Amino acid sequence: MQILSKIGWALVALLAAAALGVIALERGEPINALWIVIAAVSLYLIGYRFYALYIARSVMRLDPDRPTPAVRRQDGLDYVPTNRYVLFGHHFAAIAGAGPLVGPVLAAQMGYLPGTLWILFGVILAGAVQDFMVLFISMRRDGKSLGEMVRMEMGPVAGTIALFGAFMIMVIILAVLALIVVRALADSPWGLFTVAATIPIAIFMGLYLRFIRPGRVAEISIIGFVLLILAIVYGRDVAASPVLGPLFTLTPVQLCWLLIGYGGIAAILPVWLLLAPRDYLSTFLKIGAIVALAIGIVVMAPPLQMPALTKFAAGGGPVWSGNLFPFLFITIACGAVSGFHALIASGTTPKLISSERDAPFIGYAGMLMESFVAIMALVGASILDPGLYFSMNSPAALIGTTPESAAAAVTAMGFPISPEMLMQTARDVGESTIISRTGGAPTLAVAMAEIFSHVVGGQTMKAFWYHFAILFEALFILTAVDAGTRAGRFMLQDLIGLVAPRFREVSSLVPGFIATALCVGAWGYFLYQGVTDPLGGVNTLWPLFGIANQMLAAVALTLATVVLFRMKQHRFAWVTILPATWLVVCTVTAGLQKVLSSDPTVSFVAHARKFSDALAQGQVLAPAKSLEQMQRVIMNDWIDATLCVIFLFVVISTVVFGIRTAIAALRIDRPTATEISGVPAE
Amino acid sequence: MHQNGKYALRRFFSGVRDTANLMIGIPSYEAYRRHMAERHPDVPPMSETEFFRNRMAARYGAGGARCC
Repeated sequence: MQILSKIGWALVALLAAAALGVIALERGEPINALWIVIAAVSLYLIGYRFYALYIARSVMRLDPDRPTPAVRRQDGLDYVPTNRYVLFGHHFAAIAGAGPLVGPVLAAQMGYLPGTLWILFGVILAGAVQDFMVLFISMRRDGKSLGEMVRMEMGPVAGTIALFGAFMIMVIILAVLALIVVRALADSPWGLFTVAATIPIAIFMGLYLRFIRPGRVAEISIIGFVLLILAIVYGRDVAASPVLGPLFTLTPVQLCWLLIGYGGIAAILPVWLLLAPRDYLSTFLKIGAIVALAIGIVVMAPPLQMPALTKFAAGGGPVWSGNLFPFLFITIACGAVSGFHALIASGTTPKLISSERDAPFIGYAGMLMESFVAIMALVGASILDPGLYFSMNSPAALIGTTPESAAAAVTAMGFPISPEMLMQTARDVGESTIISRTGGAPTLAVAMAEIFSHVVGGQTMKAFWYHFAILFEALFILTAVDAGTRAGRFMLQDLIGLVAPRFREVSSLVPGFIATALCVGAWGYFLYQGVTDPLGGVNTLWPLFGIANQMLAAVALTLATVVLFRMKQHRFAWVTILPATWLVVCTVTAGLQKVLSSDPTVSFVAHARKFSDALAQGQVLAPAKSLEQMQRVIMNDWIDATLCVIFLFVVISTVVFGIRTAIAALRIDRPTATEISGVPAE
Repeated sequence: MHQNGKYALRRFFSGVRDTANLMIGIPSYEAYRRHMAERHPDVPPMSETEFFRNRMAARYGAGGARCC
C-alpha cells in the first residue's frame, strides 16, 4: 500500500513536471489549455499532500483532541461544529470573488506564462499558507478577528495600524470593483437592464422570504434564478427598443453617480429587503458559474492564442504600466495570495471548525480552490485572439474608440487584428462596441461566451452567454459593494470610536449614518477619479488595490511569524517569513516606484510634476482637455501618492513591530503566545 | 442494500442543502434544536423563522467580511 502510494505521488510529480515543461517551452505552436489545468491540479495535490500536512504536523502541531471554539463554545448559532465539506463550501464561497477573475485577465498582457507561474507557486508557498496560518491562529483564540489578534500578540498600536490598513483596503476594493461594473455596463443597454432587473427581483425575493414563506431559500432562489434568465433573454429586446434602449444607455459618469447613490441607499436599507436575497442569488450563481466554467474548459479543451510571453513582459504594456517585478505580483493578488482572506479566515470559519484535523482542508485547500478560479480566468483571457484582448483592454486614450483606430493601433503593437473582426465580435456578443472595455470583466465574459456557447447553444447563444457572464460578475460585485460598505461602516465606527467612544454604538442612528456617508464618500471619490481618468482608471486603481491587498497579506504573515516565535516554534518560522519577505519586497518596491520613479506612466509624483510644469506654462497636456482638468489630474496624483505612502507606512511599521515582538519572544525561554486554552470556559 | 442506497442518497442531499445554506450564512436549524435540547432544555428555542432572521441579521452585522 505504502509503495503504491509512493508510486502514485511520483506519477503526480512527473505529470506536474511534464505539464510545466509543455507550458514553459512553448515554441510558437499554440498549446492546449488543458496543460495548464493539469499542471495546476497536480501541483495543488502535491502542495496539499506534502506542504500543508508538513505545516499541520510540524509547524502548527495540530492536535485533533484539542476542543475547537465550535466545540467549547457551542451555541448552535455562531459556534457550531460543522461537517468539513459543508464548511469548505462556506469558506470557499466567502473567499472567492471578483479578485481572482480580474487580476489574471489583466496580467495576461505579459503572456500566460508569468501569471500562471506566480498563481501556482504563489498560492502554494504564500497564499494558502497565509489563509491556513490565520485560520489556525484564530481557531486557537476563540475565533478572534485579525485586528484583535494583532492587538493581542503585537500590542495596541500595531492593532490599530492593522485595523486602519484593513479599512483603507476596503475603500480601494470597493472603488475598483465599482469601476469594473461601470466599465462593463457603460453604453451597454442589454447589460445594464439585466443588472438593474436584479434589484426588483431581489426585493421580490426579500418580501417573499420575509412575509410569504420565511426561510424557504431554495424555492425562492430558483424563482429568482428563472427571473434572472428571463431578464437576460428580454434584455435584448429592451436594448433594441427605441424607447427603453436609450433609457438604459448610460455614460460612465452617469453610472458612477448611480452606483454611489445606490451604495449609500442599499447600505442603510434593512438587510432582508435587498442585500440578503441578492447575496443568496449571487452566491449560488457564482458557485454555479465557476463549476460550469471548469467543466466548459475541460470539455472544450481550447488552444491558447496568447503567447507564453509577450513583449510587454519587459514593461510598457497598455493594460497596466510597470515591469514584471514588482507589478505582476501586485496585479495578481487574489488567486496567488490575498491579504483580504485574513479577515475571512479570522471571521466565521474558525468558529465552525469541528476538529483541528480539518484545518488544512478548509484553510489551505480552500485557497487552492480559489487559485484554480484564477487559473481559469487566465486561461479565459489567453484563449482569445491577442489582438482582441488588447483591443478590449487598452485605454481609449491609446487606441481610440472606432474599430479602425483600435485595429490600427493594436496591429501596430504587434498583435494583428482587423476592424471587421472587432465589429463582428461585438455583434456576436450583442454589444455596440467592445473596444476599450477595460477592467477584465468584459474580456472574461467574451471568453466565457466562447466556452459556454461551444458546449451549449453554439454561435446563436453567444450573446446570451456574454450577458450571463456580465450579470454573474456584476451581481456579486454589487453585493460586495453593498456588504463592503456596511463592513467598512463598522470598521470606521470602531476606528473613530478610539477617539470618540460614543461613535462605537452600533445601534444608534447618527454615527451609523455618518460612518456610512464617510465610507461611500471615500470609495465614491476613488470611483469618480477612476471613471473620469482618460486612461481608464483601471491602470491607476488596480495597482493601488494590489498594493493594499498584498500589504494586508504581509501584515497577516508577520502576525503568523510572531505567533510562531511566541509558540517557541521559531525554527519553523521560515514557512511564514519566506512569503512575508517576498510580499514586503514587492509592496515596498511597488509603493516606492509609484512615488519615486521618474517615469510618469509609473509614478504618481512624476506624473503630477509633469502636469504641474505644463500647467505653470499654461499648457494643456493630453488626455486633459482644460486647465481645470489639469488641476484635477494633479490633485488625484497627489492623493494616490499619499495613499501609497500610507500603505508603505502600514507595512513597514507592522514589520518593525513584528521583529521587535519576535526578538522579545526569543529572549524568554517559554512559550508566550496567548492561546485560549482547551479548558471549558465555565 | 436498497435501503442503504436510499439512506446514502438522503444524506448526500441533506449535505448539499446544508452546504448551500451555510454558504449564505445559515447554519443547520436541526443542529441548533439538538444543541438547545441537550444543553439548555429550560430555554425555549427560537422558531425556524426566528432562527432564519437571527442568522440573517448576524451575517450582515458588525465584523462581517467577504472577499473581493
